[in-house]
Amino acid sequence: MSETKPLRLLRNVNAKLAAIPMVLTALVVFVGGTVWTVFYSFTDSKLLPKMKFVGFAQYDRLWHNSRWLISIENLAILGTLSLVLTISLGFILAVLMDQKIRFEDTFRSIMLFPFALSFIVTGLVWQWILNPDFGIQSVIRSIGWTTFEFNPLNNPSLVLYGLLIAGLWQGTGFVMCLMLAGLRGIDEDIWKAARVDGIPTWKTYIFVVIPMMRPVFITTLVIAAAGVIKLYDLVVAQTSGGPGNASQVPAMYVYDYMFQAQNLGQGFAASTMMLVTVLIVLIPWAYLEFGSKKHG
Amino acid sequence: MVDATNPRGAKPKPRFSGRNIMLYGTLIVICMYYILPLWVMVMTSTKGMPEIRLGNIFSPPVEITFQPWVKAWAEACTGLNCDGLSRGFFNSVRILIPSVILSIAVASVNGYALVNWRFKGSDIFFTILIFGSFIPYQVMLYPMVIILRELGIYGTLWGLVLVHTIFGMPILTLLFRNYFSSLPEELFKAARVDGAGFWGIFFKIMVPMSLPIFVVALILQVTGIWNDFLFGVVFTKPDTYPMTVQLNNIVNSVQGIKEYNVNMAATLLTGLVPLVIYFISGKLFVRGIAAGAVKG
Repeated sequence: MSETKPLRLLRNVNAKLAAIPMVLTALVVFVGGTVWTVFYSFTDSKLLPKMKFVGFAQYDRLWHNSRWLISIENLAILGTLSLVLTISLGFILAVLMDQKIRFEDTFRSIMLFPFALSFIVTGLVWQWILNPDFGIQSVIRSIGWTTFEFNPLNNPSLVLYGLLIAGLWQGTGFVMCLMLAGLRGIDEDIWKAARVDGIPTWKTYIFVVIPMMRPVFITTLVIAAAGVIKLYDLVVAQTSGGPGNASQVPAMYVYDYMFQAQNLGQGFAASTMMLVTVLIVLIPWAYLEFGSKKHG
Repeated sequence: MVDATNPRGAKPKPRFSGRNIMLYGTLIVICMYYILPLWVMVMTSTKGMPEIRLGNIFSPPVEITFQPWVKAWAEACTGLNCDGLSRGFFNSVRILIPSVILSIAVASVNGYALVNWRFKGSDIFFTILIFGSFIPYQVMLYPMVIILRELGIYGTLWGLVLVHTIFGMPILTLLFRNYFSSLPEELFKAARVDGAGFWGIFFKIMVPMSLPIFVVALILQVTGIWNDFLFGVVFTKPDTYPMTVQLNNIVNSVQGIKEYNVNMAATLLTGLVPLVIYFISGKLFVRGIAAGAVKG
């Protein structure tokens, strides 16, 4: 089917023409665009890109900018917490859903619907719920506990947890669905064998099921990690990076330097660092994928 | 992947065992966390401002009013414009329809060419496309701005349509490629023998046989494009801003008195389109996102 016979070379012309958009996207936008940005991150571009090379000066400036350092620190904290929490909560939810419960579809619909909503909507709703004057804090105070303190969005040391509550609300249902599919993919016989051997259910989950679900965990990990690195809309809507710079993230830094501060070079350097972060996640994963395929 | 939608085994018999009470109790508490923001949005958006200042955000309105909805739709201000969210809504519709059609058309042809008309190098482009989907968009934003400017469509709706087509391509191409490769090859061969060409086979055999996957792609794209914020804010101008961008500008604007009920009505209005899609499509939505994610 796939071999091209020389005499019928023309036959594939249609396919080649049809693939032009894909080829252009792959080569011009993905490869070309990435190379272009990395290339211009070594220049002194301000309002417009220009070919005045300054070596690593943009990176030097970047890593001495307190806002960038906060962004990276936030990314590390948010990344770690959200990965640990989405994966553990997603798995626990999936296990609960896998207990042959009634109304499974209803429960799933409820847990998954936030995933259909945008981060903007998510951020704005949670901004309102966490509003100190009207939201949870004021409601609990009004029922008698007058010293109750729950105001994460205005507290620099708690703001990331405010984002986390919203992010988990939006994304855990999806992770639960992935995990549930993984659980359902496990052979019923494994469960029977474990039961025959008298192994308690929780032990079967931890020592048999989780190791068997490794591919699902890795996929979820990669998706969630790539999602955290790109995190932008949620922060814009919920905190705008505040209070102060306490909830800045790299994607906001890039946008502000590229499109607001007219400092393209900084934006390019910062976005290149985002790319590097993704590669740090992606390369071990690709290695594992290819490695495991080679070993059968 | 195993179908995640059906529980295994026979339906459980209803029992009021301790285990079941714990299980359903936990699930119900979890569901409350998921429903809470939706509840708060609806309640807040149907109250008047005096009631919001006095009462708590979880309580139902004493006096139901739809004024906030009308105001959010027709009068809410962004900057100097006070024509409400309706403008953003229609912008989003005008962006959505061509983007969805174009991206699905291009990606389905890509998938078809990749499965049935492979040519030298076609798989390389596909691999680039898949790896490209992990590159943070920030890296390609500015090159994309240049491309659009060169094409003379920067800041227009069509520019954004092109952006959505390009960045939706990896996931959709993957979706269609996987689906087409699951169709029996004999069909394709028989059509070839009968003398059908590239487009003939595509329109007469592939498309009619693949309606489910087109629906999945449709759901994926409609929710994805509707919820987009980053591309909207980068590639359009204030009078062509999509709904999410306008919503964020309305709610997070610093001037004027905050009208929380109008803000929540606006938020809910923006979330309504993906929510409706979600609840109508049901299991197809799960299938779409799982298909999109599991083989990232």
